[in-house]
Amino acid sequence: MPDPGKYMDVVLLAWGGTFLLLGLLVAVTVWQSRAARRALADAGAAGGEGS
Amino acid sequence: MSLWDYANPRKFMELSGRVLPGLVALTVLTLGAGLVWGFFFTPDDYRQGAAVKIIFIHVPAAMMAVNAWIMMLVASLIWLIRRHHVSALAARAAAPVGMVMTLIGLFTGAVWGQPIWMTWWAWDPRLTSFLVLFLFYLGYIALWAAIPEPETASDLTAVLCMVGTIFAVLSRYAVNFWSRGLHQGASLSLDRAENISDVFWYPLILCMAGFGLLFVTLVLVRTRTAIRQRRVQALALRESRGH
Repeated sequence: MPDPGKYMDVVLLAWGGTFLLLGLLVAVTVWQSRAARRALADAGAAGGEGS
Repeated sequence: MSLWDYANPRKFMELSGRVLPGLVALTVLTLGAGLVWGFFFTPDDYRQGAAVKIIFIHVPAAMMAVNAWIMMLVASLIWLIRRHHVSALAARAAAPVGMVMTLIGLFTGAVWGQPIWMTWWAWDPRLTSFLVLFLFYLGYIALWAAIPEPETASDLTAVLCMVGTIFAVLSRYAVNFWSRGLHQGASLSLDRAENISDVFWYPLILCMAGFGLLFVTLVLVRTRTAIRQRRVQALALRESRGH
């Protein structure tokens, strides 16, 4: 019978990896969103159109 | 007003812009509450010990890895039948989110398997089909990136999406079709005797809802980004033709 507290390192690795992957996904999504918003504002200004 | 009116990019941007702040708040609340409950306020399992806490990320991520294909299929069919560009862009936006969910499912499963099954990996039907599902996501994303013409890319990726969805459903039920393998049967069941204990079940429901909301939020933001990018391309094209 495994000791209940025994696998906490495994839990922390799984949860840490998940937070890292989700954090990267959210960061890339937000960064791309801001870049697209900026590009559209610039293109709109150059072409005389708003978003 | 018809639902199809929201296939108009301007209407979609208006509606999604109004909905997003509330959706972000609801996602943070639901996911935060589920994860905190699951991590800090659930007991250790009598056999798995603390490793049972991996269920709160593994099951919701694996569920979304499969469900993302269903959403992509519906969006792709709308594109093929009604030619609404927003739906094609929504399918495209969902793929990286689904891919990360698949990766989380594979990673957390491997980490859990090491102490419980004594191995990080086995060529078990569920594990193998999830690995192939991950490769399907990569192929789908690569196909979008490889074809510069938007309508052709939307058509071809929609066809690939149909194949991917069939495979996703197969991988969902792989443990039922092929009884041999390490992966256990479904932990969740409508039968109370079969279902996991309530002490794990309630926080797990919250985590599943949180992952679902996170998926919807990210897909909305990414679809809005794709619409803006397409608008920039159209403006640049118009500019280049004007000179």
